[in-house]
Amino acid sequence: MKMNGGQALIKSLEMAGVDVMFGLPGGAILPVYDPIIDSSIRHILVRHEQGAGHMAQGYAHATGRPGVAIVTSGPAATNIVTPLADAYLDSVPMVVITGQVPYSAIGTDAFQEADTTGITMGVTKHNYLVSEAQDIPRVIAEAFHIATTGRPGPVLVDIPKDIVDPANPRSAVNWAWPVEMDLPGYHPQTKGDPALIREAAALISSARKPVIYAGGGILKARAAEALAELVDLVEIPVVTTLMGRGAFPDDHPLALGMPGMHGNYTAVTAMQGADLLIALGSRFDDRVTGRLDGFAPDAKIVHVDIDPAELGKVRRPDVGITGDARLVITELITALRDLGGRSAQADRTAWRSTISGWQEKYPLTYEPSDPADPFVKPQYVLETLRDSSPDDTIVCSGVGQHQMWTSQYWRFRHPYTWVNSGGLGTMGFSIPAAIGAKVGMPDRTVWAVDGDGCFQMTAQELVTATVEKVPIKVALLNNSYLGMVRQWQEMFYEERYSETAQSRDYPDYVKWAESMGCEAIRVESPEEVQPAIDKANEINDRSVVVEFKTPDTEKVYPMVPAGLTNSDVLVDPSQAAQLDLDRKGTQS
Amino acid sequence: MSDAAQRRTLVVLVENKAGVLARVSSLFARRNYNITSLAVAPTDDERFSRITIVVNVRDTPIDQITKQLFKLINVVQIDALEPGESIEREMLMATVTADSVGRGQIVELANIFGGDVLNVGATELMVGLAGVPSKLDDFEDLLRPYGIVALQRTGRVALPKVSRTDTSRLEAVS
Repeated sequence: MKMNGGQALIKSLEMAGVDVMFGLPGGAILPVYDPIIDSSIRHILVRHEQGAGHMAQGYAHATGRPGVAIVTSGPAATNIVTPLADAYLDSVPMVVITGQVPYSAIGTDAFQEADTTGITMGVTKHNYLVSEAQDIPRVIAEAFHIATTGRPGPVLVDIPKDIVDPANPRSAVNWAWPVEMDLPGYHPQTKGDPALIREAAALISSARKPVIYAGGGILKARAAEALAELVDLVEIPVVTTLMGRGAFPDDHPLALGMPGMHGNYTAVTAMQGADLLIALGSRFDDRVTGRLDGFAPDAKIVHVDIDPAELGKVRRPDVGITGDARLVITELITALRDLGGRSAQADRTAWRSTISGWQEKYPLTYEPSDPADPFVKPQYVLETLRDSSPDDTIVCSGVGQHQMWTSQYWRFRHPYTWVNSGGLGTMGFSIPAAIGAKVGMPDRTVWAVDGDGCFQMTAQELVTATVEKVPIKVALLNNSYLGMVRQWQEMFYEERYSETAQSRDYPDYVKWAESMGCEAIRVESPEEVQPAIDKANEINDRSVVVEFKTPDTEKVYPMVPAGLTNSDVLVDPSQAAQLDLDRKGTQS
Repeated sequence: MSDAAQRRTLVVLVENKAGVLARVSSLFARRNYNITSLAVAPTDDERFSRITIVVNVRDTPIDQITKQLFKLINVVQIDALEPGESIEREMLMATVTADSVGRGQIVELANIFGGDVLNVGATELMVGLAGVPSKLDDFEDLLRPYGIVALQRTGRVALPKVSRTDTSRLEAVS
């Protein structure tokens, strides 16, 4: 069948299973937009290309399917670099199509020309500049294959205008599908080495103080069930990293919650004291390890990752297994059963009792609001939101204090209910990501928890949500500061608050939200929190923004100050005296 | 460790596609790896090119560099050559100041090293030499006193040593 490159591109996307894409048209991509009118693919028109990228990410996080964004050349392509970098660090499957100036004009500094493949080389798993229309179906097939297999990640396809423009003879395509992929250098290894799996099983069985360190790879590999089965067999406590929240249910007796810089005391301390860390789809990020030379000093390491380059990148594993987390865990369970299963496990009664002691002594905590205060505590907002929203609510966050509080205080019971920017730490992520998640999961309640700094970066996408009828809910924790930066200034820069104060008066978030077609509620006292959240949860025909006025002095605890080891974790001031006593007791 | 001891040679087979060299060099820059030399050329199979990279492994183990490099979709195969297990060659061209006295000495040097005189001018002489990199280092050192006007080295290329055992016969036995 004869068609032009633009039609072939859209048809290839349909064949790749795309049901929705997020984008914004412009000159170079115009010929590709024309056949969208006749396509089964839903297009969500964003207000800024960064929004398209984060929506595609949110969609991918929530559904497990690759997110797709399509934008024009030059400034549109540079605007989507941030989502690409975000997706690269968090291993999010995503395909981004960018327009490009005609092939013959490349290199002439043409209007809206940018070296998109050059710019995005370091922030994509792979990228393409397509030179011939006939290559379009193969490149699209390869792009989806690369984005979704092995360690998932973003793939960018740059399409010069002449090969999609029906007026140009260079756009002629002889359509055929399926196409043969040509990837001689791409063979991700998914099956773990059986000998190494047996070694790992032996280490696990004999460990007296082990901790499972579960990361985002569990979710990417659809391995949450396998993990639950493994824990059921060996009864080893589990920490879930920021990217792995939801991979193991927080209400499980062996769930320790989030480790790391703002992890809870028990998760941090259990890893520090472990004799074996079983790292499954996690990458020893600096926010988890703290100062590396003092991290989990007595622990042997079993490290399972789909990306062989992660094994030994940060911490040398005693057993490093390249493979898909689900397949490896399944094989590991078999190997553990072969060794005698549960009855062959070392006695960990003392370890579990030490851990429950920590949990009892150092739970997450905060000072409740002073009734005289015209503010509400963010932690209280999150507890109320958590307890008043459906069990399978998808919660998205931006980056900063509100992100840490959400991860800490939410009780994740299901995988794929937490969407956030972990590696890159992109402020403004939550609103577009929440829209993408809601597009992918229209029947679920989707809450975006945002800060005032983040909100001002991407709030315009609420217009997209209104116009495209994708109703989300936003809990805006407004402390009128870049809160996390302010916290560092208070603690480490002698309370010199350089350029972190936003404004208590501007913008008027209620008016702004209303102008974008949202229901807007302002909350200024603790007794208003519950009714506002209940009201928001009842509104399903439009987006809702609830602005909570929160105190600017509130800090996230626990905290491991940068440069210190995880053994120096600071707890909430109300627990600090107790912890001091405990630490002195351990030393004597 | 001496400089030489911190060097490893990677022979990287890549797809012969636009931008592949940029991907490789950008990876080294992004990961803060140190390239000592790099040479790239087509192979006997037009689908592939071979890049020979000499890397400094003082700060990053060769294993990590190899694994990161292999994540590039266009990288098909990597041989990390152990020192002593490969044959390396490099080429040098140099234009040297050569007055009437120096000219004869430089020509003699080139002959001793097995190099060639490539071009002769009134006050300058161009010589060339191919060989193992250390030999080129020596040649360059000896040329320097005469006054090097311009010098170009290709960067080394390398292949693993050929086995001295006839493995096909071994397999037949076993």
